[in-house]
Parts: sequence; C-alpha cells; structure tokens
Amino acid sequence: MTDIATNTPEVAAGAPVKGRSLWATAMMRLRRNKAAMASLVILVVYILAGLFGPMISPHHYATVYPDYVRVPASLEAYPREDEIVPQAENVLARTRLDINSIEVDGNTLRVEASSEREIDPRVTRYLDRSDIFSNARITETSADGRSVVMEADVERLRFIFGTDGNGRDLLARILISIRISLMIGALATGVALIIGVAWGATAGFLGGRVDNVMMRVVDILYALPFTFFAILLVVFFGRNVVLMFIAVGAVEWLDMARIVRGQTISLRRREFVQAAEALGVSSGGILRRHIIPNTLGPVIIYMTLLIPKVILLESFLSFLGLGVQEPLTSLGVLISEGARNMRSAPYMLLYPSIALTLLLFALNFLGDGLRDALDPKDR
Amino acid sequence: MNSGERIFDIRNIRVTFDTPDGPVKAVRGVDMHVNAGETVAVVGESGSGKSQIMMATMGLLASNGRAEGSVTYRGQELIGLPRERLNRIRGAKITMIFQEPMTSLDPLYTIERQISEPIMVHGGLSASAARKKALELLKLVHIPDPERRLKSYPHELSGGQRQRVMIAMALANDPDLLIADEPTTALDVTIQAEILRLLAELQKKLGMAILFITHDLRIVEAFASRVYVMQKGEVVEEGTTDDIFHRPTKAYTKMLLAAEPEGSKSPVSAGTPILLDANKVSVTFSSGGGFFSRSAFELKAVQDVTLTLRAGQTIGIVGESGSGKSTLGRAILQLLPSEGRVVYQGVPIQGLDRAGMRPYRRNLQMVFQDPYGSLSPRMTVGEIITEGLLVHEPTLSAREREEAAIKALEEVGLDPIMRNRFPHEFSGGQRQRIAIARAVVLKPTVIVLDEPTSALDRSVQKQIINLLRRLQESYGLSYIFISHDLAVVKALADYTIVMKTGRVVEQGPTEEVFRDPKSDYTRALMRAAFNLKEVLKRPTEAHA
Repeated sequence: MTDIATNTPEVAAGAPVKGRSLWATAMMRLRRNKAAMASLVILVVYILAGLFGPMISPHHYATVYPDYVRVPASLEAYPREDEIVPQAENVLARTRLDINSIEVDGNTLRVEASSEREIDPRVTRYLDRSDIFSNARITETSADGRSVVMEADVERLRFIFGTDGNGRDLLARILISIRISLMIGALATGVALIIGVAWGATAGFLGGRVDNVMMRVVDILYALPFTFFAILLVVFFGRNVVLMFIAVGAVEWLDMARIVRGQTISLRRREFVQAAEALGVSSGGILRRHIIPNTLGPVIIYMTLLIPKVILLESFLSFLGLGVQEPLTSLGVLISEGARNMRSAPYMLLYPSIALTLLLFALNFLGDGLRDALDPKDR
Repeated sequence: MNSGERIFDIRNIRVTFDTPDGPVKAVRGVDMHVNAGETVAVVGESGSGKSQIMMATMGLLASNGRAEGSVTYRGQELIGLPRERLNRIRGAKITMIFQEPMTSLDPLYTIERQISEPIMVHGGLSASAARKKALELLKLVHIPDPERRLKSYPHELSGGQRQRVMIAMALANDPDLLIADEPTTALDVTIQAEILRLLAELQKKLGMAILFITHDLRIVEAFASRVYVMQKGEVVEEGTTDDIFHRPTKAYTKMLLAAEPEGSKSPVSAGTPILLDANKVSVTFSSGGGFFSRSAFELKAVQDVTLTLRAGQTIGIVGESGSGKSTLGRAILQLLPSEGRVVYQGVPIQGLDRAGMRPYRRNLQMVFQDPYGSLSPRMTVGEIITEGLLVHEPTLSAREREEAAIKALEEVGLDPIMRNRFPHEFSGGQRQRIAIARAVVLKPTVIVLDEPTSALDRSVQKQIINLLRRLQESYGLSYIFISHDLAVVKALADYTIVMKTGRVVEQGPTEEVFRDPKSDYTRALMRAAFNLKEVLKRPTEAHA
C-alpha cells in the first residue's frame, strides 16, 4: 500500500534523499562557501577574544602608564635595554661607588660595584628611588665588604599594539571594545528581533485595518531622524550604553518588521496555514508554530546584516561623543581617538580600524553566505 | 519532405546530476527517434526522466547536470555543440513549448514584442515584416481578435490563449520538430482539448513532427502515432499507439494503463440523517480600496449554491478553474466570509468566528490540493499530524499524541518510523497521505477534499482513491470531493454537482449525470474528458 516507489522522482530531481532537515542542507551549502566559513571562524575568534581577552590580557584596559604615553606598537618590552643601563648609571652615580658592570637579564638588573671603604647595604635605596627599578637587594657581598653584587627588578612591559594618549595599552582596549561592540550588536539586534518579528508577524497575519495602522506607525517612526533621536535619549537618560542600545534596537526593528510582514503575508496564503485554520488552531498558535518558524530564514539573514549595522552605528555615535563613556571604550571611540592622533601615532588608528573592518567583513560575508545557503532559488 | 525520413535521433543518452549525495542518474541510456511529420509521445510518471532528455538535447539542463550520448538532428550532432551553432537549430528548427503558460511569457512586454523579437533575431526580418508575421501566426493559432491581442500584455490573456501564443512563437521559424513538454497539464480539460486539436491541425497544415511529453495516457491514445513508455530513466516499452494500448507486453505499461480510476459508489438511502446542510451560500470577493476608502471592485465567486450532505455520502463538485468550487468548499467550512445558511447536525454554524467554530472544526476537516504547500516545511510529520490534537484534546500527553500519530500513519499506509522526518523528504503521494492522516486523526465526520489527487500521477492517484474509499467504509465518513477530474469524481462520488462561474449548472446522482448530462456545459466537459479522440477530429473554431 505504501508508495515508497514514488520516492525515486525526488532522487531524480536532485533533492536530498533522507534524514536531512532544511537546516542541515543549508549548513552543507554554507560549508562549501569558503568566504562564509572563514568568516565564521573569524567570528568565533572575535567572540572568544571579546569574552576572555580582557581577562587574560596582561594590562587592564583602564590602567594608565604615565611613563609610556603614545608608545608605538612593537614587540620589544619597555623600558628598552638601552634605556635601562643609562638610567641605572644615572642613579648609581649618586652612590659614589665604582661600578664594575651593569647587566640586564630579562626582568632583573645586575650591578657589580666596589668601593675603597666598606659598602653600606642601604645603597640599594638609591636604586629603589627610581621609577623603573624595584625590590633592589644585595645578593653577594665579598668577605672584606668592599664589593657587592646588587640586583633589582625592572618592570618591563610589552605594548604590542602600543599605548594611547593616556598611556593605556591599546591591545587591552581593543579587546574590551570588541566585547562592547559585540555586546551592543547582540543586544540591539536581539531587541530589534523580538519587537520586529512580533510586530511584523502580527500585522501581516491579522491584515486589514490592523495591518494598516501598525505599518503606518512603522512609517512614522521611520521618518524620525535617527541622530536627533539618539541625542534626545542621551539628554533624557544620560550616557548609559545599555539603555542606549536598547533604544537603538527599538529603532532598528522597523526593517525587521517590514521583512517579517512581507513574509507573513505570503505565508498566510499558503495552504498549510489554511490547513491549520481548518484544524481550528488559534491565531497565536498559527503565528507561533507556522508563521514565525517559516520566516526564520530571512530573519536570520537580516540579523547577520543588522549586527554590523548596529556596530557601525555605535561607532558613529561614539565618534560623535554620544556613545560609551571613559574608561570603557568601543571600536568607534578608539578609531575616533586614532583619527585625532593620526600623524603622531598612526598605529592608534590602524589597529582598531583593522579590528572593526575584519569584524564587519566577517559578519557581512557570513550574512551573504547564509542567504545563499538558505535560499538556493536565488542563484 | 520525405515523411519516412528519420530527422531526430537520440542514441544512448545519459543524463546525470551531481548532487551533494553523489551523482543521480536521471536518464540511463535511452534510444529514441522521430521521423519527419509524425507524432511521438513519451509517457511516464513524474521523475521518469522524460523531460530531462529533452532538456539535455536542447542544452537546457540545470547547471549541475551532464548529458552523455548522442543526439542528432538530420545528421548534426547536438550534444556538445557550441552555443551559437546550437542556437541556429534550437528555437528555429527544433522548438519547444512548456507546461506553464503562466510563467513562460515575460509579463513586461506585449504579445507583439514577444513574438516578433525572435523572428527579427533568427529570421532577420524588419520590424514591420515581423509584425505582419506575428499577426499571421496569431491567426494561425486561432486567437480571437488577433490585431487587438498583439497589443495585449500576458496578464490580459487566459491560460489557453497564452499557450496558443507560446505555440505561435514556437512556429515562427517553421520548425521541423516541435517538442511539447506537458503543454496542456496546467489547463482545464475543455481548453486542453482545444489546444490538442490546434496542434493536430497545425501539424497537418505545416507537416512538422511533434514530440509530445505527457503523463496523461488519454492524450497519448488520442493524439500520438508512436509511444515510448519511460520509467526511472529508461525506456520500458515502445511501439505504435495501437500496440501499446491494446497489446502491452511490459508489466509497467500494463500498470499505467490500469491506473485509470475505476469503480463507483452506490448512493446512500434517502432516509440517512443529514449531516451538513448549506443553503444559498454566496461568496463575494472585494478588492481595491485603501485606508480611507471602501472597496472598489467586487467578484461573486459563488452564488446561491445549495447542498445537502448525508452521513456516508460523497458529493463530487466538478468544474473548471475559476468555477468557484474550491471557494464553495472553504465557505462551507467557514474559512471564508460568506452569506447564506450552513447547518451542521442541526446547529447553524454560518458566520461563527474562529473561537465559535472551534468545537465544530474537529468534525469538519479539509484536505488541500497541493501536497507540497499544505504541510509546513519546518515541522516534522508527527507534529503536523498531531497539531489538531493540541487544539481539540489539549489534555493528551506528548506520548499519547505520538501514539495517535503512529496509528494515523499506519491508517494511511505509511511507515510510522517516518514521523520524525520533514515533509520535503516525501513524494507527492506520501505527502497527500500525511495530509489525510492529519484530518483522520481527529476522527471527523465530514472531510472536504479540495482536489486531493490533481497533483499526483495516475497510479498514485489510484492508491489515494482506494485509501479514501477504505477510510470512508471503516469510519462512515462523508466527503465533499472537489475536482476538475471527471474520472475521479465518477469513481468516488455518489452525487455530483457541476459548477460554472460560481453557479450550479447541473446536479444529480453521479450515475445519472454521467449517463445523461442535461446541460451543454456538462456535455462539453464529458466529451473533453472521456472522448478526446472524437474532439480532436472536429474542425477548429477560434476561441480559447
């Protein structure tokens, strides 16, 4: 009685044979898209960097090193070796000892000194008085007490991306700003998703006058100039990042609502929705079980494209000075600072820009890849 | 032209598609030929590879498809021919018409432009000469008022007229061979008969050969002189139409021939209780009108239709597309706003809202035409079948629902293991079984079946008909069976209503209606459905 035999047309038509959901097929197509897969990897790296980067980074993003303002990016540790020795000589000159040798070995300074008279162990204090040496101590004293070997710790710091105008490590600041940017992207997109899908699906499904009114509301909000809206929010609520981006999400849902509404209107005429109606399923049930799951494809694609949009928007707002507050930072703030110091410290513009560009490229490529993967008819 | 000459020769052609699951062999070594001036039919069910052969010969395969073997047209090898040289043959000497007249014309251009452009490109004619030729061609395919039609856009034409335009375009360069890929499948039976008649007449007049691809054996019998029967990418049997239809040798051919729906249903006795009583049901669609204005345009889709359904009865509603039969079915179930009075088991249900209808929904079920569209692609089969239970028996546990799904799947002849799969993994027939299971799981008393078999192959159709019969017997179901296919209605219904443009033209016990149709419209339908050969012999008159 079963007509399994009629399965063959599916095979002949080139459709998947068995046990493969829509998502699995989409994933398979995505996997063949090299740009999208590379983007996915980059994105995962970014998320990990945003989550754990600030924890394992050697510097705190807010720590100020007054000695190292606008230090260029380099792999070398600061202070440099050729700076330590003159500094040590300078300090030791006051001890009125004969300095036989000064060596720097990693993080320790080793000084051999001798004198005509017996050396007072308190000479180490001269070293301690300097900013760059700490924990000076005498490790060896000769039997007559006229020559000593002193050691002192040198705090050597690496700023591989350099430091900013206040002497803060740029790498730590980029890591924290990735966290902020991703958080803002996810937050605003999440808000846009929830409001947009609910609004659009309801308007599209109910149709008629309700739809008309709901979509006119969308049109009116569309007409609101965004920057003006953002400034108003800052005026009323102060500079609060989270609030700000809930507000951004509350503006960005408009597109989402339109996309979902369009999808819903075409879905509503599909027979499976009518079939659910004929079963007596309530409007809520139809929306939840039939309409919304079927709009997910375009929604997910739009989401991956909305995240970079929001990140860019945040950068724009921060650039204008309406975004996150010091000492917290975001990629937009870093770039704006970098732009101000472009001549004296080009690396301050370079690294945050690379970070932002990579992130945006990855998200956009992934969005494109997902669109192709979920909607093969378009190709 | 020598009529016996072999003009089109397909030798050992193989078509392979590369899919993520490895290569799929759609056509596995087929030999075929067409002689000048003859009509050859290729018959097979969906997926037999019959269309893919033609796509391969015309260089129209999908990008993941490969064709191997040899196709020659008058000694010229077509496979692997560069596009420019292929274009000199395809579209000029070998032309093709497709199934979908709705989508094969560009909606943005007038008919004149669509016909004359290829003539100008291929024949090198001037614009005015091309226009004259276009007019000539429209006259040739009997389009009424051809001068005016030249200025029309595709949406202003009916399906039959569009298919005529497609044929006109195919004839523009005097082809030797016309490949017709299911040209009438999307059309109503009477229009199908007219198109076939036109093709036969044109063939006689122009002497071209026709290679006709179809799944409909009745067309083949009336239309073709030689037949190839295909199954799973291979030719199972070939021969003259007479041989194939009267002396088939292969089991598959015999099965196809036997797949015509058969049997009949005896009427229920007059005393059987009335389940559903619809009195003067009318449906009006209005369109246009904006936010502030009233609607501008009204269409009466159903007008004053009265119908009485008794327990165990099957009412067949027959009509062509646009006759309002599907609308009537939905109006009775209160899925559309309508006027009139509908009573279910003594309770008036007319005009009840969603919540008010809910208690009755479980007893009044519906199965839709398109088994591809009526199942949500993101739900598993189990979820689809038991969705109704969520509404009508909310106390059932997930486990009990699953048991119900298993039982329903067994009921419709599907393996219950399949309940965790998604609909796109099933064939059309299987999906229609799933749709039926979804209705049956609620144990309804009435099922409205809206063209449940129209999208299916004949052999699958027959299985579905048998399934519906079995379910009716075991549960005492009543059906309202909506179809344009008279053969199916004849087999399944005991009372038949014939509809045209929203009105009932004729009704009565099936046996009576089919034996002695009273109205001209019913007679025309019957002729087109059961006596195609007769229709094709009559002279053509200009209409569509």
